[in-house]
Amino acid sequence: MSTELLQAAAESNQWAAIFPELILACAALGLLALEIVLPKSQHRYIPTTAAMALLAVLVGLIRNFDTAWMNRDTFAGLLHHNLPGQVARVFFTVSSLLVCSIASVVLPRSKMPRVEFYAIVLVITAAMMLLVQSNHFVMFFVALETITIGFYILVSYFRDNALTLEAGLKYLVTGALSSAIMLFGIVMLYGAVGRVEAGGVVHTGFEFDVVADFLAKNPDNFLGILGALLVLSGVGFKIGAFPFQIWIPDVYQGAPTPVTAFLAVGSKAAGFAVLLTLVHNVFAPLQNILVPVLSTLAAATLLFGNISALSQRNTKRLMGLSGISHAGFLLLGVTASITVPWASGAVWFYLFTYMFASMAVFGVMAHLAGDDDTQQDLDGYDRLAKDRPFLAAVLAIGVGSLAGIPPLAGFMGKLLVFMAAFEAKLYTLLAIAIVCVVISIYYYFGWIKAAWFETWRPEGETPAPVPATEPSLINTALLASLALVTVLLGFFQQPLSAWLLNR
Amino acid sequence: MDASSNALLLQLAIATPLLVALAIGLGLPKRFATKLAAIAFIWPAIIAVWLWKQFPTDAGNAYQFLSKVDTGLGGFGIALKLGLNGVSLPMFMLAAIVGLAAGIYALRSNAERLKIYLMLLLVMQGGLLGTFASVDIFFFYFFHELALIPTFIMVGIWGGRDRNYAAMKMTIYLTVGAMLSLIGLIAIYTKSGAESFDLVTLRAELAANPLSVTAQKYIFGLLMFGFGTLVSLWPLHTWAPLGYGAAPSSAAMLHAGVLKKFGLYGLIQIALPLLPAGAQAWAWPLAVLAAVGNVLVIGFVTIAQRDLKQMLGYSSVMHMGYCFLGIATLSVIGTGGVVLLMVAHGLSVALLFLLATSVHHRTHTFDMAEMGGLAQKTPVLAAFFVAGTMASIGLPGFANFWGELTVFVSLWQFSPALTAVAIAGVVISAIYGLRAAARVFFGPSTEHLNTVLAKHPAVDLAWSERLPALILLVALLVVGFWPKTISTAANAALTAPAPAVVRNVSSR
Repeated sequence: MSTELLQAAAESNQWAAIFPELILACAALGLLALEIVLPKSQHRYIPTTAAMALLAVLVGLIRNFDTAWMNRDTFAGLLHHNLPGQVARVFFTVSSLLVCSIASVVLPRSKMPRVEFYAIVLVITAAMMLLVQSNHFVMFFVALETITIGFYILVSYFRDNALTLEAGLKYLVTGALSSAIMLFGIVMLYGAVGRVEAGGVVHTGFEFDVVADFLAKNPDNFLGILGALLVLSGVGFKIGAFPFQIWIPDVYQGAPTPVTAFLAVGSKAAGFAVLLTLVHNVFAPLQNILVPVLSTLAAATLLFGNISALSQRNTKRLMGLSGISHAGFLLLGVTASITVPWASGAVWFYLFTYMFASMAVFGVMAHLAGDDDTQQDLDGYDRLAKDRPFLAAVLAIGVGSLAGIPPLAGFMGKLLVFMAAFEAKLYTLLAIAIVCVVISIYYYFGWIKAAWFETWRPEGETPAPVPATEPSLINTALLASLALVTVLLGFFQQPLSAWLLNR
Repeated sequence: MDASSNALLLQLAIATPLLVALAIGLGLPKRFATKLAAIAFIWPAIIAVWLWKQFPTDAGNAYQFLSKVDTGLGGFGIALKLGLNGVSLPMFMLAAIVGLAAGIYALRSNAERLKIYLMLLLVMQGGLLGTFASVDIFFFYFFHELALIPTFIMVGIWGGRDRNYAAMKMTIYLTVGAMLSLIGLIAIYTKSGAESFDLVTLRAELAANPLSVTAQKYIFGLLMFGFGTLVSLWPLHTWAPLGYGAAPSSAAMLHAGVLKKFGLYGLIQIALPLLPAGAQAWAWPLAVLAAVGNVLVIGFVTIAQRDLKQMLGYSSVMHMGYCFLGIATLSVIGTGGVVLLMVAHGLSVALLFLLATSVHHRTHTFDMAEMGGLAQKTPVLAAFFVAGTMASIGLPGFANFWGELTVFVSLWQFSPALTAVAIAGVVISAIYGLRAAARVFFGPSTEHLNTVLAKHPAVDLAWSERLPALILLVALLVVGFWPKTISTAANAALTAPAPAVVRNVSSR
């Protein structure tokens, strides 16, 4: 970056455009300060403060939803604000709020310092928001690395648990590798595109528009194509697409449950938001290459995720591996969106339904985890329906929605993605996806079976009661609303579809 | 009453069971739960009879009592559009009546966790009513799944022997079937260019601009195997006997009696009129699979059964063969006969499943080799069972007779050889049906039975069993003596005005 860019950025510093991100960043710093200022007995209010900050941002975002800074560049083109970006901001705020609620169950039990956790969650959330609005590869990479580094800390948060430390190390090594690959890709693009021009703002090979323009004029440029593929590989790591999914099972199991939820929902959604931007804006001219590459990735991801989840008994690994399969379904939607414009709305619809269902499931898991957060097996769900009917019901709705069983929201997500794929004529991929839905029924159903069916044993031994944390009033309300939204969205999609699908 | 209030009634019939299920799910006390559930089982039946009386005789295949709600996917042409035509009206009534019988039976059963049991049954009932009242083919599918899911759960929790395996197998088979048919429906939507899932619009659009023959062939294939799996078309039937063997009686009544007709209904209402060339291409394979597989092979398998409930499950698979044969003829008489047969089979199989459970309560076994002579102790039960068996065999006077007769008549035009196979099926069903009745109720009683009866003396049918059985039997007789109740509206819908039928064997 040259001085001209900085100067131009300073002149166009429309801080108001990133007000939500600023609030979150300030709140994160504020939390750290509060820890020093407040007496220890008052520290329990710190998580509440974090949640209040997120809630305030959420309300602000919803109130100014369609008007603020729409379709404008700010900060000298570092950021671009549009409707998908706004949708993503709302998504990240909601998912982080839910992560905080899960953390409020898990952290006190493990007697770990709490303040840093919430501060990091806020920073990551702000970085995710900036990531999806970035319009420049430097902004893009800085935001992405902020997220990744935050996750390095969060994943190994339970530092006295061997599995957690292993997870942290694995995430660090694979994450660093993926960052390196992505950076290499960005550099290649810069090398292919980069030039210095006079006259006002300096255009470089880092700006999305410039890169897209170059690729449109030189669609056969080897460096450009290679750079694009390497950047996409880096994104593939975030979303857990084959062959970059290798870290997922161990990291998901080892990470504390709220972090697993954050990785599964927030980080994955950020990856997909970026992927959509890249595919539609930056690499759009490479359509002929992207469709086969993404289709192959989607097929491999679907098959790997589902087949490997079949024999899984640890629920956190199961969520990880089934999450890979969801990445496959979403990739199917992204591939379709290259030729069918409304499909990116369908991808977002899927992400929202996935968030509601996953968070409900992780919420239940957090309440059922024993002393060792990493050991959550299906055997622990015996008698759940008898002992904790509420948690069992929320679990069944969440898992049912993840499996895509109508009339739950997950089914509508899958339906829209399938319709898009059909319209895009991705028939082979669609056939693979259908096979995968059937495979997924097996392991999801096994989970529901463990929670509900085993309860009615005809005779013989009765297993020990499920050790569970009693859900607090707020968490009960949150879990109930997640379940309710998941059911309602299956019947009545008006509120979400009007917003996302534009049809 | 004017048209809009009838439309409202139709909505209410579907909404009531679902709303009561929701109320029970939210923790309604048991005392209110059972009372409200009773209302929710009776109310749709009253509405169904009322709507049947209101149904105009000159409706053709036009939908009556129409209403429409946009749920948020209007951009995709998906809207909750409800209404009834001549084909869906009989199915709607079937769902209401079997639902009423299954509901009464469940209310008086001593199922563990009765509240959840009733809740699931109500969801099933609401889903079934919605399935047959949906004009929008997306919601048609949606409501079917809504009714299907409780079956898995009920088999898994309250099922008998092998319930875990049965629940898993059913879930996987039926999901495969449902997914295949969903893709078929999406294909129709996308390829038609109608931008709507509304069946009326789709029919008009595709009558004016039919799909290419190749497209029709593969979409019909998807629907045939998708729906076929749901209806237990041979060789995709293996889930059915196992599932019904394990299912609790009310679930088996609703599933075998009503829900399984979804696939046949879909073929008649959607696949035949929208994809006539595809239907023509697949007619022979379908007919051969049904005649040789469902009727002949499964017929012999049924004879070999010792377990009463398994035998009923297999016999139900076998009777689906007649329905497929009727559809394969692609004629008005054939498809009209299938509508009659669907209603008749639904009523009779529900009756038999109910009675089989009653037999089990008294003998503590489903093994027919361990029964015998029950008629002396329980004459009313025996009378009902024999009547149900006669209906199932197709004795004149029962609804089944007209269904089978019309299917055979139309089948003769299609292929005399297959007609011979189908009629051989009647003999086969007479063998296993009569033999079951004889083994269970007549002859000397076995040692096992004597031991059981010494401990628990057999009492005849209680009112909680007698009333639902009576409802089903009366319905069978009404249609048996007066098939016009169903056939007039159904035939009108199938004849006019769109060419629902390809091969006009039966305009006479």
